Amino acid sequence: MATQQTTTQNLTLVQAVRDGLYTEMSRDSDVLVLGEDVGKNGGVFRATEGLYDEFGPDRVIDTPLAESGIVGTAIGMAAYGLKPVPEIQFMGFIYPAFDQIVSHAARLRTRSRGRFTCPLVVRAPYGGGIRAPEHHSESKEAFFAHEPGLKVVIPSTPHDTKGLLISAIRDPDPVVFLEPKLIYRAFRGDVPEDDYTVPIGEAAVRREGTDISVFTWGAMTRPTLEAAENLAEAGVDCEVVDLRTMSPLDRETIVESFKKTGRAAVVHEAPKTGGLGGEIASIIQEEALLYQEAPVERIAGFDTPFPLYALEDYYLPSVARVEEGIRNAVEF
Amino acid sequence: MVTADVETADGQTEILRRMLTIREFDSTAGQLFADGEIPGFVHLYIGEEAVAVGACAALDEDDYITSTHRGHGHCIAKGLDPARMMAELYGKRDGYCNGKGGSMHIADVDAGMLGANGIVGAGPPLAAGAALTAQLQGDERVALSFCGDGAVAQGQVHEAINLAATWDLPSIFLVENNQFGEGTPVEKQHNVENLSETAEAYDIPGFTVDGMDVVAVYEAVAEARKRAVAGDGPTLVEADTYRFRGHFEGDHQPYRDEDDIEVWRERDPIEAFKRRLIDAGTLTEDGYEELKSEVEATIREAVSFAESADDPAPYEAYDDMFAASIPEIEQFARKARTDGGESR
Repeated sequence: MATQQTTTQNLTLVQAVRDGLYTEMSRDSDVLVLGEDVGKNGGVFRATEGLYDEFGPDRVIDTPLAESGIVGTAIGMAAYGLKPVPEIQFMGFIYPAFDQIVSHAARLRTRSRGRFTCPLVVRAPYGGGIRAPEHHSESKEAFFAHEPGLKVVIPSTPHDTKGLLISAIRDPDPVVFLEPKLIYRAFRGDVPEDDYTVPIGEAAVRREGTDISVFTWGAMTRPTLEAAENLAEAGVDCEVVDLRTMSPLDRETIVESFKKTGRAAVVHEAPKTGGLGGEIASIIQEEALLYQEAPVERIAGFDTPFPLYALEDYYLPSVARVEEGIRNAVEF
Repeated sequence: MVTADVETADGQTEILRRMLTIREFDSTAGQLFADGEIPGFVHLYIGEEAVAVGACAALDEDDYITSTHRGHGHCIAKGLDPARMMAELYGKRDGYCNGKGGSMHIADVDAGMLGANGIVGAGPPLAAGAALTAQLQGDERVALSFCGDGAVAQGQVHEAINLAATWDLPSIFLVENNQFGEGTPVEKQHNVENLSETAEAYDIPGFTVDGMDVVAVYEAVAEARKRAVAGDGPTLVEADTYRFRGHFEGDHQPYRDEDDIEVWRERDPIEAFKRRLIDAGTLTEDGYEELKSEVEATIREAVSFAESADDPAPYEAYDDMFAASIPEIEQFARKARTDGGESR
C-alpha cells in the first residue's frame, strides 16, 4: 500500500479542538455544535471560531444561557440520530447540567436496554492557572469518572486533542471531553490535516524510566515531565504516563508500568480526597501488590475550593512539588 | 426607611454619589485589569449604574440583595466599602472575602449582601430563601435579587420565582436587561418581547422600566417593596439598560456595533440624572464637579489600600472550610504552615 502524503499543521491545543470539530463536521452532516456564544462569537475561548460561517446556524447553534437546557436538548438529539457536541463555557458552569449528564446521558442506553443510545460529546475547558477562582478553574473529572456509563477524556497535546475529539464524536456513547485551558495556547504541536483518531482508553507513555511510574494527565503533564528531567540529572529515572482517558482507565498500562518500577506517584490538580489518584493507587494494590516498594504518592490540589491567585501557585502542583513527591516515593 | 430618598436633596446627592462611585470604581478596575494589576476576570457595570443605585436606594438598609458576576455596582449601591472591594479584586487579605473570592464573589453579611455570583442565575433562589427567612421570622425585610437577561433562561430562576410567588415571599426579582447574554443578543435567547411578561406565568406583577433612569427604577422598586412588606408577594421588574463595555474585560465583541453603543451613550444614566438635578435647580455644575472629585479621591484611596494590603498566606486556604476543625484539614494546614508559603 502506498503511503499517503499527509499535510501537517502546527496548531495550539485550542486550534486542534477547532480542527477536530471542523474535520468531523465536514465528514458527517449529523455532527453539530451548540452552546453559549459558540456561533457568531466563535466561543468564549475561540474553540468554534469560523464554524458558524462554514456550517451555518443549523449546525452551529447559539443557545440561551441555560446549561441544563443545552445538554438536555443535546441528549434528545443524540437519542434520535444526531451527534451533538455541546460546549459548556467553563467546567465550573456544568453543574446545572449535571443532572442531565449523570441521570440521563449516562444511563439512556442501559435504562432502555440498548434501544436508545447517546452519542454525545460534552466539551468543557477545565483546570486552573488562569488567575480566576472557583468555577473558572476547577478540575472535577472525578465527578464524571465516578458515574458508570460516561467516558471521560482529557488530552494534553494538540495531536491527541484532535484525535481524541474525533474518537469521542464517533463513539456511540456519551463522552465528557475536558480541555486543559491553561495550555490552550501554551505551545504548538504537529497535527495532521486529515482525519485520524487517537483511541479512547489508552494511556501514552511520555517518558520511559525504571525507578518510578508517575501518572498524570491534562495540564499537569508538562510540569511532571519537567520534574522528571530535573530528577534524571539527580539520577532518578522516572517513567511518565499521560493517562489521556480518565474513564475507562487504561489499567493495563498502569499495571505494566508499575510492575517495572515498583513505585508510583500520581499528579493531579483536583483536590486530593476522592480524586482519581486514589483510584490509581487502588488499581496498583489490587493488581501488583507484591511489586510495591513504597506507598503511592499523591501530588494534588488542596481539599479546598480553587483559590484566588495569591494561593493558586501553591494550590496547583508545581515542578518543585512534583519533584518532592517523587523523591518521597523513591526514597521510601 | 429607604436608603436614599429620591425626593430629598440629601438623597439625590447620595444617589448621584453612588452612581459616580460605581463609574469611577469600574473605570479604574478596567484600567488596572488592562495593566495586569488585577487577576482573573472582571465584568464591568459601566452604563448600568442607575439600576443598582435606583433599586438599592429604595430598599431599607436592612434588606437583602443577591448579585451577579457583574456585581461591583450592586455592592457599591448597597453601601459596601470600595477600599475593601478593591482589595478583594486584588486578591488581598483585607478584601471582603480575605482575598479568596475576587471580583465575582464579594459578599457582606452586615450590608445584607448575599454575594456576587460566578454562576448565572444562581442568585434568585438564594434571595427566595432570604425572603422566606424574613417571612418566617416576621420582620419587615425584603430580598431583592439582581439578575441579568441571560439568567432568565436558567431553570433555577424559574424555580425561584415560582416558589416566591406561590409562598408570597417578600421578594423582588430585578432583571437587568443589558441587551446581551454574554455575547448573544437578548432577542436570540428569549421569545417574549419584554422579559417582564414572564411575570404573567407566575401571576405576579411585572413591569419594564427605563433602566437608564434612576428615578424610574427607584419608583418601581419602592412600589414592589410596598407589596412585599404588605405580604402580597414578589414583583418582577425588568430594567432596560445597556452594558457600555464587553461581557468581560478583553472581550473583543464581534456581536455588536460601535454605533449601537453610541446611541445608548446618549442616554448615559449619570449624565441624565445630573441634567435632571441641574434643571431642577438642586445641583450646580460646580457642585457636580466637587462630588466627582470626592469620588475620585475615594477610589484612589481604595486602590492604594488594595495595593498596600497583604496577600493571604498559603495556609489560609484552609481557613473557614468548616465551622469546626477537621483533623485531615488541620493536617493539610499544618503542612502548609511548615512549608512556609513557598509557592513554587
